[in-house]
Amino acid sequence: MPKVFKIRRGLNIPMKGEAEKVFTRAELAEFYAVKPTDFPGLTPKLSVSEGDRVKVGSPLFFDKFRPEVMFTSPVSGVVHFIKRGERRRILEVIVKTDSSRDFEDFGRGNPTEMSSAEITDKLLKAGLWPTIRQRPYSIIANPERKPKAIFISGFDTSPLAPDMDFAVKGEAESFSAGVEVLKKLTDGEVNIGLNGDYPASIVFTKIKGVKHNYFSGPHPAGNVGVQIHRVNPVGKGQVVWVVNPLDVIIIGRLFLKGVYNATKVVALAGSEVLKPRYFIIKTGASIVNMVEDNLTANPEELRFISGNVLTGQKIDYDGFLGFYDNMVSVIPEGDYHEFMGWLKPGFKKYSPSSTFLSKLLPQKKHKFDTNLHGSPRAYVITGQYEKVFPMDIYPVHLIKAIMAKDIDKMENLGIYEVAEEDFALCEYVCTSKTNVQAIIRDGINLMIKEVG
Amino acid sequence: MKALRNFIDRIKPNFEPGGKFGALYSTFDAFETFLFVPNEVTKKGSHIRDYIDMKRTMIIVVMALAPALLFGIWNVGYQNALATGSEISFWPMVLHGLIKVLPIVVVSYVVGLAIEFAFAQVRKHEVNEGFLVSGFLIPLIVPVDTPLWMIALATAFAVIIGKEVFGGTGMNIFNPALLARAFLFFAYPSHMSGDYVWVSGLTKGEGIIDGFSGATPLAHATLTGAENLPSALDMFFGFIPGSIGETSTLAILIGAAILVVSGIGSWKIMVSTVAGGLLMGVILNLFALNPFMEIPPWYHLIMGGFAFGAVFMATDPVTGSQTEKGKWIYGFLIGLLAVLVRVFNPAYPEGMMLSILLMNAFAPLIDYYVIQGNIKKRKKIAAAAAKNS
Repeated sequence: MPKVFKIRRGLNIPMKGEAEKVFTRAELAEFYAVKPTDFPGLTPKLSVSEGDRVKVGSPLFFDKFRPEVMFTSPVSGVVHFIKRGERRRILEVIVKTDSSRDFEDFGRGNPTEMSSAEITDKLLKAGLWPTIRQRPYSIIANPERKPKAIFISGFDTSPLAPDMDFAVKGEAESFSAGVEVLKKLTDGEVNIGLNGDYPASIVFTKIKGVKHNYFSGPHPAGNVGVQIHRVNPVGKGQVVWVVNPLDVIIIGRLFLKGVYNATKVVALAGSEVLKPRYFIIKTGASIVNMVEDNLTANPEELRFISGNVLTGQKIDYDGFLGFYDNMVSVIPEGDYHEFMGWLKPGFKKYSPSSTFLSKLLPQKKHKFDTNLHGSPRAYVITGQYEKVFPMDIYPVHLIKAIMAKDIDKMENLGIYEVAEEDFALCEYVCTSKTNVQAIIRDGINLMIKEVG
Repeated sequence: MKALRNFIDRIKPNFEPGGKFGALYSTFDAFETFLFVPNEVTKKGSHIRDYIDMKRTMIIVVMALAPALLFGIWNVGYQNALATGSEISFWPMVLHGLIKVLPIVVVSYVVGLAIEFAFAQVRKHEVNEGFLVSGFLIPLIVPVDTPLWMIALATAFAVIIGKEVFGGTGMNIFNPALLARAFLFFAYPSHMSGDYVWVSGLTKGEGIIDGFSGATPLAHATLTGAENLPSALDMFFGFIPGSIGETSTLAILIGAAILVVSGIGSWKIMVSTVAGGLLMGVILNLFALNPFMEIPPWYHLIMGGFAFGAVFMATDPVTGSQTEKGKWIYGFLIGLLAVLVRVFNPAYPEGMMLSILLMNAFAPLIDYYVIQGNIKKRKKIAAAAAKNS
């Protein structure tokens, strides 16, 4: 048995509405979107305008400061609408599919015979480069650098997360091709993180020439940041890259088939979904066909989240799946007043804090809503974040350093190792209702601006 | 509750910025959120949040303090009955205690909350719940015969100088309640020490039976060591003179259990404070130069304010050490110093207060070194990782 990294601090939130391991067919989505907002720090520049015809793999927009990094259409059809926000910021580029099945042919390629420059070029052209993210900063990787290692987390411990072993079933060939591609991009090791508590899919375990790391413990054991921290932490001036396993498969398909095939397995979960199941859809698909007639209440009373409830993005009922997301969560909005709620014994209120009597009852799954359950306050309580933050970093001190914009301190306290998602549980348990993840991203943005 | 909610919703616009009473928004908000948990939903980051909030946290601390207050009320009556030789019966004693203690609680809350509300209003902040606890602590750590105007003055001093000048709740360096006590101690020493202030009515001397001594165990110990001390059981249960809430170690332990089980109070600080106190007690025993140095080390835990300080004062998360490692050091030094001051400086029998305030000042330094240690360690790991790759 290989060494298992034990993650002791963390929390599995007992949420209702886990997806049953059954595939459901939903009608193929009509609209797809690529959202520049999925990529923190990106300044997009459009390559298309409304009404243009696009093929699968045609560029929709690119990075203004690194024009080689392109974002391509997952489907063929017509650019339907470019949704803009304040100051004309591009929010979504929406493509309407039609019956045409046109695709850009990027050509097959055997990664073992290609140079890393050729591989990089192919990934960039097909719009798959953005699937590779780097630490520090958790942004799209810089194609001009070589990382000291590449990390893939083969399991997801976040609330209601899809079972990755289930999601990669039958994709062994593409996955292994994808890993071969990644191997060429680093001089170090390709690491696959697996759950040490149960046998992982052979899609992961049978891969040769990579390092398998096993982790056991509560969320965020599956967060790639936590795994990097344990295995090969990112120091100043170092870079590691990170790829989702489902994106590894998409990369593999590009080299096997020569096309951008953005199909992936996605879980639809949450207490307000009538039949929480798995779906096979394409990146960026509209979720409306999945959730239509599959909800317990009116869409206005619900929150739709692309991603998990801790780190996902709020989307509309007919919104789109995010670029990096493998699940859609639906929970009730918490738009209600509760009389003396803070004083009640709280038999029905699940809380990791032990200040509610629900702690005395046997643990069962609960419904969670979006109420803040209090109002924001100054920091008073200490030691709370540490209980759910398994890195050897002082979370509150790092946050305070960010608030004070103290670059040296941020660097020393570990800003290079963290991403928003690593702090999601801190935000969940916070008594002071601090928006921790937003602060971390502000800190990262400041680092990018000041240090680069 | 719907009617109440509707009423609040109807008057709310008046208090919002631009409304008739817009200047009173903080006050309105404090009362509204007291009655109803707001309907605010998450906008950024995690879509779900835990049920715990500052109000819940503070009310748990208040619950933990309740046994000490209730016992204190009874004990005020009991000590008075002993002093006057009147009948030992439950209800009259509780009544006497209530008459003496409730006004102190009321004064502490009214003065403190008034200042808190005023500052929140001026700063356009929400009213913080921290004073719910501070206002409860102050009455528990003063002698029962302290004049009410002194309580008012001390509370005002603690809230303004101790907290608001630093930026309000969460920013203060010293524990506000202890600061109130320290203020009284240094400004009005005659009301804070001696043998008369601890039992209600004793200062006035009316109807006191001959030979009754209102001295606290600490005062006895200073003079004669263990010889004239009440029995250990009396001290543990709290049938002794002392500040209102500090006498019963048992009541304090109940509070400690509530704090530890709910996770609100740091057990690390409590344990290390006790360990520090015991260790110093043992060291003093080894030298045993005077009677006070000879008393069993564990007597220190049940005398004076040691237990109360360890459970309710040292564990204040804002003024204490904020790193988990630092908490061990912080608590340990508090215990150590408290017993040291107590034994070697008879002018300051309440060493606990002084040692906690002193360690409040040093807590950031402890944290600084703990964090420097962490930074060095992580740099080493990163350097090693760089070499390997």
